[in-house]
Amino acid sequence: MIYLQLFWAYLKIGIFGFGGGYAMLSMIQFEIVDHYGWMTVEEFADMVALSQMTPGPVSINIATYIGYTVGGIFGSLVATAAIVLPSLLMLYLVLKFLFKHKENYIVKTTLASMKPVIAGLIFVAALMMMNPVSFADAGLHGNNISVIICAVTFACMFWTKINPILLIIASGLVGYLVY
Amino acid sequence: MKIVFQLFLTFFNIGAFTLGGGYAMLEMIERAVVEKRHWIEKDEFWDMITIVQMLPGVFAVNTALYTGYKIKGIRGAIAACLGAIIPSIVIILLIAVFFLDYKTNPVIESIFRGIRPCVVALILSPSVKMFINAKVNWKTAIFPIATVCLIYFFHVSPVYIIIATIAGSIGFAFYSQNRLKKSKS
Repeated sequence: MIYLQLFWAYLKIGIFGFGGGYAMLSMIQFEIVDHYGWMTVEEFADMVALSQMTPGPVSINIATYIGYTVGGIFGSLVATAAIVLPSLLMLYLVLKFLFKHKENYIVKTTLASMKPVIAGLIFVAALMMMNPVSFADAGLHGNNISVIICAVTFACMFWTKINPILLIIASGLVGYLVY
Repeated sequence: MKIVFQLFLTFFNIGAFTLGGGYAMLEMIERAVVEKRHWIEKDEFWDMITIVQMLPGVFAVNTALYTGYKIKGIRGAIAACLGAIIPSIVIILLIAVFFLDYKTNPVIESIFRGIRPCVVALILSPSVKMFINAKVNWKTAIFPIATVCLIYFFHVSPVYIIIATIAGSIGFAFYSQNRLKKSKS
């Protein structure tokens, strides 16, 4: 029974969760905290913080964690499968159509017109992370190491072919040595 | 079979080593899929990001599904998707099962103070690349600016922006096709 509830809750999130990671969070919180009451708001916030600190897509991390708390290891697999399943079906249908009509004028123009908005959407995600948690030592009186890390990684990513994994490891190392 | 396994391994790597969620993975995915493996052309990569962003679901999973499907059909899609999510499942289960006190560990916290600004750059870089690929000019700049203002300052849900964008873009495509036809005849 609990597995069915988990599956249903996460199926809904998979179907209606537009806008990626952070936009999905409010929906996940509604299902998990308000609707089913599987977690308190504090537990949820803690879990989101943990999911952002572990590798991998944040929503998958959250699904696994909630699934485990509610229904053990099998529960975690059920929740993760349920969030992925709608994507699999929907992408299959959309891609079949798109690959067939790739050269169609309407398809091409629609895609091109969406792109400026997507650029804005990704930029907002970066903007939301530019907060005091990420840049605790920024400002006139701080030593601004976080700002330097951000600028240097951006430059490396944009103009060089250095592997981003190395940049993450290097930033972590700097953090460990400095803070 | 070899390519299916390569798909799995590529996304497993991305899933296991990228912190900061889906958008922060973009840069890694581009390097692996476009520059290293040449599975997708550079222009198509940004098309893919656009399509994937407009569909519901987990961004990184959708990207894996798209790439996998394009290279090896349904089998490829499933392999890439499993690669992207298995590291998450294993790591989270390890932490949850063993009650690892991961979050409040001071060493982890200081490491993350270094990583968080790096993640900002990790997301900033693909957003700039998307601006370039979208060929944003003074006229079209209104769309990303409006998107940023609505979400960041007015806390409008991205869902509405996505729906409006899909409807508006399809409408615009038909409109400009009609105009094209008229100017030809």
